[in-house]
Parts: sequence; structure tokens; C-alpha cells
Amino acid sequence: MAKLAAVLATTHHPFYLKATTAPEAEQMPQAAEWKRKVEAYRETLTKAKPDILVMIGADHFHQFFLDNYPQFLIGKSARYDATFYNEEREFGIPKYVLEGHEDLSNFMHQGLMDRDFDFAFSNELKIDHSIICPIITTRPDADLPVVPIYANIFAPPLPSPKRFWDLGRAIREIIDEYPSDKRIAAIGSGHLSLELGGPRQFGPHGPDPEFDRQAIEWLSTGNIEAILENVTHESLTNVGNATHGFMELILMLGIAGAEKANYVDSLDLFHTMEAYFTWYPKEAAE
Amino acid sequence: MSKYYVNKFLFTVDRDPDLLRRYKESPEALVAAWEQSIGPRLNDSERSTVHQLEANERKALIEHDYVALFEMGAHFFLCLTIFIALYDEDYMREKGPLAFQLEYASKLQYWRGKGYPSIMC
Repeated sequence: MAKLAAVLATTHHPFYLKATTAPEAEQMPQAAEWKRKVEAYRETLTKAKPDILVMIGADHFHQFFLDNYPQFLIGKSARYDATFYNEEREFGIPKYVLEGHEDLSNFMHQGLMDRDFDFAFSNELKIDHSIICPIITTRPDADLPVVPIYANIFAPPLPSPKRFWDLGRAIREIIDEYPSDKRIAAIGSGHLSLELGGPRQFGPHGPDPEFDRQAIEWLSTGNIEAILENVTHESLTNVGNATHGFMELILMLGIAGAEKANYVDSLDLFHTMEAYFTWYPKEAAE
Repeated sequence: MSKYYVNKFLFTVDRDPDLLRRYKESPEALVAAWEQSIGPRLNDSERSTVHQLEANERKALIEHDYVALFEMGAHFFLCLTIFIALYDEDYMREKGPLAFQLEYASKLQYWRGKGYPSIMC
């Protein structure tokens, strides 16, 4: 059976690349520290020696729109183009082509359907920054095949926090059952408190530093009970109108299980708190 | 009210460099052209008759009025992205980094602590 070698849950900040590759004189004061933290985080993936990446994100109205927006979707093709024109324009993120892994995509899709997760699917998915940002930070050579999964944190009504956790649990079971000697890493990106297009955007910190501290503690201790007791769509809205991306991190905890994270780091930036978590499932550590 | 159609405008214009340039240079003409030929487009061969802009929606789009769009419940990501595309560089040149984003936030300050208009559509 396949080994789940690592689970990574990370915030995605689309300006990381721009902020850390600008001419030094133009860089923000925290650029060097940010780069150091990201490179240390990257090492947590590298040392797990993954062969395939299961990548979790959400389409930000790049390929999908309100005429037909999937709650959950899996990509099933042999390759994926990535980065849309308006992401290049706004964030300075380059285009990528990622290799896919059709066999694991198909196995995952069937496994999800068998567990009552009725996934939409795409044989021509173009990936957006929710997946490319973590590629840039954790695997910048983009040299591994990926299985992309989207979960809707963007176009309400959204699935419940519990549903994200349950989906993570299902993905974990399917990875554990995958008949292969490959090492699989799951990487998902979302947000802590975040405001976009509202009165609390682009402040000196994220819109709710207290929520951010609490959320980091919940995830780093694997405390799913406290998360499910406290986190609702409304509570997320209250700390920032785009905070629902936190549910992608709940999904990642679902893949890891209710365990303490093996690696936790964070960085308080203007506009957001960045946070980086890695779990090494016990059997993979052997 | 057609929140969906306002979002469709923002979505289709933001992803097309030529439409975006025209929306910056002559918003009234672009909105009119959009309503005629782009808004109703379902795919290459099909047209939809389902939606149309209300007068206040058309006015907000023509005036680049992101405060009015926020109040109508247009999607925050589409709004922020398109208005950054229209204004960020000009503001940056004159007033420095994030000047536009901070002005955007300051115009919405009176919404702090209140429930925002729903973006559900």
C-alpha cells in the first residue's frame, strides 16, 4: 500500500514570490525572514521524499464561475496547465505545467464516490494560485505528479466545517488503501483570518490576530473537537469576510488525523498571518 | 436585482486584457457593449435570455463604484481584483504601495462591526 509520507497545511499568500524576488532595495522589511521561513518549511516536504502530491485548494473564479461552481472537484488528467492571465497580472505568478497522475486520480475519485462524496471531475482543469502558491513555496521545481482536489470555500453556500474534516478523513483512507509502493504527500492551502474587498483589508496585521493565534493552536495540537465546537461559517465571516479558507486547513487536519503537528511556524505580516504546519503520519516515520 | 449578472460582468472583464483596458478608458461604452454582446453569451453558439442589469447596477459599474457594488453583495474577490487592476498602478506611482487598497478599505469603514451584505447568489 502507498505511504502517506507527509501532510502539509499552509496559508497561501499570492505575493510571496513577488515579495521575495523584487530587487533588494524594493523588498518589504520582512522579505528575508519570510523567505527563510518558507525555505525551512519546504525542507519538511523534501525530507519526506514524496513521489506524488495530492494538492488541495479552491478555484477563485478562474476556471469555474457562478453559472456552474462545483462544491468538490477532482482533476483527472495527465497534465495540468496552471496560472491564469489575471493571476500573472496581479500577483506576478508565472505559468506552470504540472504532470498529473491519472491512476491515483481515478482511484481517489472512485474511493470518494464509494464514501458518498459525490465529486465533480474535470479532464481539462487549469490550476490556480491556491495550488500553485504551495508549489512555489514547497516544491518550486514542480517536478512531481499531482492529483488536484478543489473544495469550495469561495462561492456560498459552502460545505460545513465538519464536511471538510470528513472529506480529509476519507482522502486519508483512500491514500492508505492505494495499491502502490509510492510515497504520497498531501498539501493543502487556505487562510487564517482574511479580509478581501472589505473595510479590514490590508491592515498592519490580519483582520483578527486573536483568531489567528487560536487557529494555530487548534491545528498544531490537532484539536478537532475545539475546531468543530467553535468554527461555523458565521464565526469565520465575523473574523474576516474571506476567512472560510480556514476550512481547507481543517480538511488537511482530517488527512493528518487529530494529531499534534510535527512542525509549526507562523509569520505575522501586513494583511495576513501566515502559518505552516506539517504532520508525519506515524507509519511513514518508520 | 441581478447580483449574478454584476458578478458575470466583473468575471468576464477581469479575465480579458482588452475588455479591461476598455473598461478603464471608457466605462460607459464598455458596459453598453458588454450588455449587448458579452453578458448574454452562454457559449460560442448559445445566447441566454435570463439576466439583465438593473439601473443601479449599471450605474455602479459605469462609475467604478466599488462601495455601491459592496453594498449590492457583489463578490468581494471579483471586485477587489478588477479594481486593483484598474487603479493600483496609478495610485502606486502617486502615493506609494497599497495606497489604492487602503483607500478602498477606508471608504468601507462604516461597515466595520456590522454584518456585511450577503454575497450569496
